Amino acid sequence: MEIFIPNKEISGCGLSGVINRKGELIKGEVIIESICCQMDRGNGLGAGYAAYGIYPEFAEHYCLHVMADTKKALKEVEEILAHKCYLVHQEKIPTRPVPGITSPPRFYRYFVKPRYEGDLREICEGTPDEDDYMVRLVMKINRDVPGAYIISSGRNMGAFKGVGFPDQIAEFFRLDEYSAYIWTAHNRFPTNTPGWWGGAHPFTILDWSIVHNGEISSYGTNRRYLEMFGYHCTLLTDTEVVAYLLDLLIRRHGLPIELACMALAPPFWEEIDRMEEPERSVCTAIRAVYGPAMLNGPFAILFAYNGGLVGLNDRVKLRPLVAAKKGDFYYMASEEAAIRAICPDPDEVWCPKAGEPVIVELEPDTIPNQRSYLRGEPFQISSPVCRISLVEEEETEEEEEA
Amino acid sequence: MVFEIDAKDLHYRELNQQIRKAIAEGAKHLVIKHVNGHRYLAAGVSAEVDIDVYGVPGLDLGAFMRGPRIRVHGNTQDGAGNTMDEGKIIVEGMAGDVVGYAMRGGKIFIASDVGYRVGIHMKSYMDKIPVLVIGGKAGDFLGEYMAGGIIVLLGLNSRYPERPLAGMFLGTGMHGGVIYVRGHLPETQISPVLKIEEIDDKDKATLENILIEYAKDLNFDLEEIWKEKFFKIKPKTHRPYGKLYAY
Amino acid sequence: MNPQKETKAKPKRKKVQFSKLYPDFYIERDWDKCIKCKLCIRECTYEAHGWDDKRETLTEDHSKCVGCHRCEATCPTGAIVIKHHPSRFREHDTWKPWFIKNVYKQADTGGVLLSATGCAVPFRNYWDHLVLDACQVTNPPIDPLREPMELRTYLGPKPDKVEVVLENGKYHLKQKPGPWIKLEVPIMFAAMSYGAISLHVHQGLARAAKDLGTLYNTGEGGLHASLYEYGSNTVVQCASGRFGLHVDYLNAGVAIEIKIGQGAKPGIGGHLPGEKVTEEISKTRMIPVGSDAISPAPHHDIYSIEDLRGLIYALKEATEYKKLVFVKIAAVHNAPAIASGIVRAGADAVVLCGLRGGTGAAPTMFRDYVGIPIELALAAVDERLRQEGIRHWASLIVSGGIRCSADVVKAIALGADAVYIGTPALIAVGCTMCGRCFTGKCPWGIATNNPELIKRLDPDTAYEKIYNLVHGWAHEIQELLGAMGLNSIESLRGNRDKLRAVGLNEVELRILGVKHAGE
Repeated sequence: MEIFIPNKEISGCGLSGVINRKGELIKGEVIIESICCQMDRGNGLGAGYAAYGIYPEFAEHYCLHVMADTKKALKEVEEILAHKCYLVHQEKIPTRPVPGITSPPRFYRYFVKPRYEGDLREICEGTPDEDDYMVRLVMKINRDVPGAYIISSGRNMGAFKGVGFPDQIAEFFRLDEYSAYIWTAHNRFPTNTPGWWGGAHPFTILDWSIVHNGEISSYGTNRRYLEMFGYHCTLLTDTEVVAYLLDLLIRRHGLPIELACMALAPPFWEEIDRMEEPERSVCTAIRAVYGPAMLNGPFAILFAYNGGLVGLNDRVKLRPLVAAKKGDFYYMASEEAAIRAICPDPDEVWCPKAGEPVIVELEPDTIPNQRSYLRGEPFQISSPVCRISLVEEEETEEEEEA
Repeated sequence: MVFEIDAKDLHYRELNQQIRKAIAEGAKHLVIKHVNGHRYLAAGVSAEVDIDVYGVPGLDLGAFMRGPRIRVHGNTQDGAGNTMDEGKIIVEGMAGDVVGYAMRGGKIFIASDVGYRVGIHMKSYMDKIPVLVIGGKAGDFLGEYMAGGIIVLLGLNSRYPERPLAGMFLGTGMHGGVIYVRGHLPETQISPVLKIEEIDDKDKATLENILIEYAKDLNFDLEEIWKEKFFKIKPKTHRPYGKLYAY
Repeated sequence: MNPQKETKAKPKRKKVQFSKLYPDFYIERDWDKCIKCKLCIRECTYEAHGWDDKRETLTEDHSKCVGCHRCEATCPTGAIVIKHHPSRFREHDTWKPWFIKNVYKQADTGGVLLSATGCAVPFRNYWDHLVLDACQVTNPPIDPLREPMELRTYLGPKPDKVEVVLENGKYHLKQKPGPWIKLEVPIMFAAMSYGAISLHVHQGLARAAKDLGTLYNTGEGGLHASLYEYGSNTVVQCASGRFGLHVDYLNAGVAIEIKIGQGAKPGIGGHLPGEKVTEEISKTRMIPVGSDAISPAPHHDIYSIEDLRGLIYALKEATEYKKLVFVKIAAVHNAPAIASGIVRAGADAVVLCGLRGGTGAAPTMFRDYVGIPIELALAAVDERLRQEGIRHWASLIVSGGIRCSADVVKAIALGADAVYIGTPALIAVGCTMCGRCFTGKCPWGIATNNPELIKRLDPDTAYEKIYNLVHGWAHEIQELLGAMGLNSIESLRGNRDKLRAVGLNEVELRILGVKHAGE
């Protein structure tokens, strides 16, 4: 009489991420095992992965993962790409049939560089920055081509996602055949937005990828703020705004990563009022200027870029997040069990505080086109709440050990 | 007789079935190995039984339970002792968020730190007084809405020596029960609706009872615990929102 | 053609006053309860109550009753009830008594109809067609009694981005931003001049603003010497009459509001009748006692948008760029384009005052039929500024028809940074909306400066009532925010996803940028 119906259980999404600071590649099986340990957190309506360092042979090119409902949509995308980009390589993303996954969309990948001639002005309004060019291109395709979406657009990285349980999606995209120095994974329990392939996590722009557990109650405010800066939300899921906010705050506005995290999950005014200068002025300015960027509501997010993995909680910690380290490996997940499933004996396990980012960057010059957003010393706030990045503490300890 | 269960390849539902079955068959001591993220362990179990858990139990360990004594040899995840009625949970490591939510009886002893929103809305009625002891430090919102029972915060065995004993918003909306803290709390943490006092002889006797048991269970040095002064935090009123409404 | 000549020609003719024949109100006296103490006679400033010496009894002149309910409220035995006059005209859906009586009034006097309060026409009130969201399951509602719930708001232009430099291991701001004004609650007190309302009300507003951490607005009547101490909670107004406007006044507050217009009477100026210009008002306004205080329709130094820029920067220069400059306009058809111009002219905040904005005196036709509802104006202006990418260059403050805390929440969700309230603050101190503020006879001691009448409302009571009102509203806003799963007001700002409409058509939905309930 016992029938297990896991997809009827309500529990919320699950996250997992892993990074090796020396850039050592981690097999796909590892992340799959970790996310599948949290199977009860999803309901089979969405799962996804982001992998970094998977296209070393085209490391200089932006890799566009395109999801298309129809051949026609795909053709339209290809026409735009032919116009706007130099294309060095294109292929169907290898998949295998998986029981339970029926009529998936088409997945292709294109390795491109921006093409600045021709109707350059129309699309990039004269900006010389390749990243800005790509952002505009992605926005254009996602908005203008019905039935086609670019699900990732960074260099040497890619997102794989769809409707299914994490093990099914991994099987479908043959993720066991990839190795990456950063992996993030998501197990979805869609709530406010429909379960469709484009709505699965991770959400990406350029090499930013984000997986998220929770709900962003401030979505309306965040979306309208981003629209002022040329971002268009097309994927019907609140998480999309986080990817664009990171791109805006960190890459375009040049905010140090911990201040960007502060903008997303700021301290309370009560705490700010107790701070010493110059922290108080900085925090006040961040809150006053980036109020519309604040993510309000319960969340735990993992975001990654070509060079680092960051975990962040909302400012009253309404969603779980656990971090752990073992040698050069750092793990972050919704549940400690997800970490222990792939690392039974970590050196350290800790629960980050609300609003306290855990920032783990690769060691310098580990990979091509490596990005680093840590500027100098970590931000210190002289309030009772300690926001010192734990990762930095670990590093000093390591040095002492060494 | 010790009854052993290997949880390695079991879904939590199967694991709980085995636990209930063993208890029904008269087992008085269960040992569960290779627990990793299994939810609702011993949830709703109404029996006098000892359960040793090896590994990391998942959400809602011992929720609604009435009677079992659970010892976790390691850390536990969020929601331990959710709405627990009677019995005991001993955690040899740290615990996650929302420990002892709405707990109405029994004891929870945590050796190290706990997360956010611990001891929220604990309540007592007649002779049922829940007790929660934290060996380490606590995150924000400790004892929020607390309506009864006892929380003891020792701050001894913490991963975060630099942090204050508890986070922000301690006891917001607290309208019953008592929080004993070992040592000083920054003033900013005490909401104006709470009062903090030195403990009296009656408090001392209460604490003595709890701490002897705690020290024994978790191998703490009782003398060391008493070396620092204890303070008690109580609400000024049982009706903090009496003047809230206009009608 | 000369009416005076005509009157002279037939001086004996008895003039019929049709408007006096059909009073609006009826004073009902319960003779069993009445003890003939004559308090009603002393309390009524309109002489509706009288005493007949011969018959030794009280009399009523219903035609003089304005419906202020003062006699009813003060009668020691509860013997008086003010009712709508039971006398009725024949039912007619077009020719309602309001129009008939207005025609009589104008036929009697040849004058312009004058009213107070705000638009009284039952145009669709959009606040009442908007409903708010709340969390269920997917997102926990937040409990504002026990969890932090932040209403703090900074007014003023925000830069596109924050730039920091790293020095000695700490981040410092590259440039000091601001000046900004910190509001602990996004509800401010709208411009009501000393003159229009009593000094006691001004004192109450100023003290309440200080204790609530918000701002009150002097209106255009200058600033009484006793109120300079509340400077950090004061907005001083610079209107076309420039009454009492000098450099100390400009420097007295934290912001200067250039008043172009107000929702109750867009496109026209103001007029404080000489009777209301008492000794103290004369000192504050710096005009002779008893002389009319006339505000022109335009600022005669602003005939175009570039002139507005001129005045904004003149004020900024005069106050060494330490004060924010607000520009207040009535919400009119072209409000989005005008607001955009104001922001580009350098204003730090745009104040939009809607059709239902209150006043102490406005021509009735203006009060009722000029301007557009604030809900639509706000939605359109916020959207326009966002499309132009300049929404953060200035704050957006709205006023005119905010009646409760839910209206405040809806305004912020539509995109406002803060709201001004005027009428609710006056009702809080006892106003019964009788709408005769322009007579200077306010029996409640609010819209008057008669030295005897102002004693009826002391500053302490005014302070307490106003403070309590906003305190209650602030708490309700926290409750509503918490239910929506937000713990800070900035996540509500412009968050139209939190609104749904009930019973609006597609055009209205498009303008408001709100989905219909059920979508």
